[in-house]
Amino acid sequence: MHPAFSVIFLTTLIGVGQGMFLALFTGQSYSAVELLPMQDSHNFYGNGAIIALLFLIGGLIASFFHLGRPERAWRAASQWRTSWLSREVIVLPILMFFVFVYGVMHYFDLDATLFTADTGAQLELSLVIATFGMIATFALFICTGMIYACLKFLQEWASPLTVINYTLFGTASGFMLATAFANHSAPELMRFYGIWTTIITLAALATRVASLIRNSRLKAKSTLQTALGVRHNRIQQKSMGFMGGSVNTRDFFHHASLVVFKSIKWIFLVLVFPLPLLLLWIGMNDSNTNMLLAAFVVQYVGLIAERWFFFAQANHPQNLYYQTV
Amino acid sequence: MTQLALVIDLNVCVGCHACVTSCKEWNTSGSAGFMTDENPYGKDPTGTFFNRVQTYEVGEFPSTETLHFPKSCLHCEDPPCVPVCPTGASYKRKEDGIVLVDYDKCIGCRYCSWACPYGVREIDETQKVMKKCTLCVDRIYDESLPESERKPACVLACPTNARLFGDVHDSESEVSVTIREEGGYQLMPEWGTKPANHYLPRRKTRMHIHEDELQRADNPLKKEQRGPSAPVSEPTLDDSTSW
Ligand code: SF4
Ligand code: SF4
Repeated sequence: MHPAFSVIFLTTLIGVGQGMFLALFTGQSYSAVELLPMQDSHNFYGNGAIIALLFLIGGLIASFFHLGRPERAWRAASQWRTSWLSREVIVLPILMFFVFVYGVMHYFDLDATLFTADTGAQLELSLVIATFGMIATFALFICTGMIYACLKFLQEWASPLTVINYTLFGTASGFMLATAFANHSAPELMRFYGIWTTIITLAALATRVASLIRNSRLKAKSTLQTALGVRHNRIQQKSMGFMGGSVNTRDFFHHASLVVFKSIKWIFLVLVFPLPLLLLWIGMNDSNTNMLLAAFVVQYVGLIAERWFFFAQANHPQNLYYQTV
Repeated sequence: MTQLALVIDLNVCVGCHACVTSCKEWNTSGSAGFMTDENPYGKDPTGTFFNRVQTYEVGEFPSTETLHFPKSCLHCEDPPCVPVCPTGASYKRKEDGIVLVDYDKCIGCRYCSWACPYGVREIDETQKVMKKCTLCVDRIYDESLPESERKPACVLACPTNARLFGDVHDSESEVSVTIREEGGYQLMPEWGTKPANHYLPRRKTRMHIHEDELQRADNPLKKEQRGPSAPVSEPTLDDSTSW
């Protein structure tokens, strides 16, 4: 498939936003049961939610560049019964709403305590909102992943690993950003986030490598024989019926050379996993915000390469019909 | 239930592209608006087509065969392109099984074109909506046309009559009978899309002559091992008798 930058930015940016929000939720739930010190509502949770929201908005804006008729985008919410894309279009604003409310509550110190346990643990209203947000976050990961995983003849995508990878990559990059942010606004939480970032990134490494191995062993179900219905081992296309390009030749091929294609795989494997983890550990040891931010940026760039590869690697069966001009 | 469809006879198609041009002409002049053609006479021409004819070579020289292969939307009975559409712009009509795009609802997200394994949905780069074969829905029901012309433009244009049009759910229709008797098949059956359009395979008409068909096995002369007697020199009964 042709890797469209609008979709690459959409999926990576909302991934960061979702991950960042999950990080805030995790932090606050740990502090609610007093496993972590409570943070300043305004500075940490308020500003953190704003950052998460900005990433979600960035992703939403990127998505509009993918549409031919963005002015009709509202219509896309109508087919949630059957279409994962439609479900994503519904869940994204819901999540943004919860993140917004959560951010406002913290930013303007509007939080209320709903319940105080004998031990002193408190249940804040914002945590209830964040729980809804957490559910929306996971629902959004599932929708985004399923948009690709539900296309069964795109065999590289049609696997639960697609959904798992989208979830883990988004969470990892969001936690990475949260680590840098915590180092700046809530240093006691930095190590907590850093360790979670490492665990999630390693988990993503395992599942992404699993999907690379799976894809390298795939055997295409469709062949020129089934595409044409002719039983002969040697069939060659002589003409695709036109000499200029068409949507079929532009949208479904990555048009990169084999060298570029292969090197992007290695580039993302390095930029998403070992390099940011190295920077993360250096940053954690020196409590260096810039180093932690660098880790995030490197991983984000790596994720763009990862998403590019994700698209480029998928081989659409229609390509069988477009082998030669 | 009715399921309108095309049956394309690969044995007859000569790859003349008459269906392609006729389709483009009919549909670019329709009420749904033109079908984009960019740089038609320049470098890198590109445009939207509902139907394309491709050419393949089957076999290895010298025993090769040329296969011309027209391809348009197959109006699948279980179309994967329809449920994925987020706006409901893509739909399958209950009454005749035609899969259509509502150009006023489509947001041009291209998701349906990803979901069609056959690559027959093409986004119109000018109007930014998804387009595909409509089986000439604006023509086949038009009562101002004589009945013989209420067929898709491609079917009428085909000079070799390689394209048949009809209801594949009616088991006695011309298309159903042809599919049944001439070995009609569907493309990429492995995905369970149940395309309504069918293709008829290339068919060879060969004469099989056996040795014993060249020699008359029950020739009585051979059986008795005795040829007719040689002519005699003295007069015969025929010569001396006036019957
Ligand atoms: S051929 Fe493609 S566009 Fe047509 S109905 Fe089937 S899946 Fe949809
Ligand atoms: S391009 Fe149009 S018809 Fe296709 S899925 Fe998107 S909205 Fe539906």
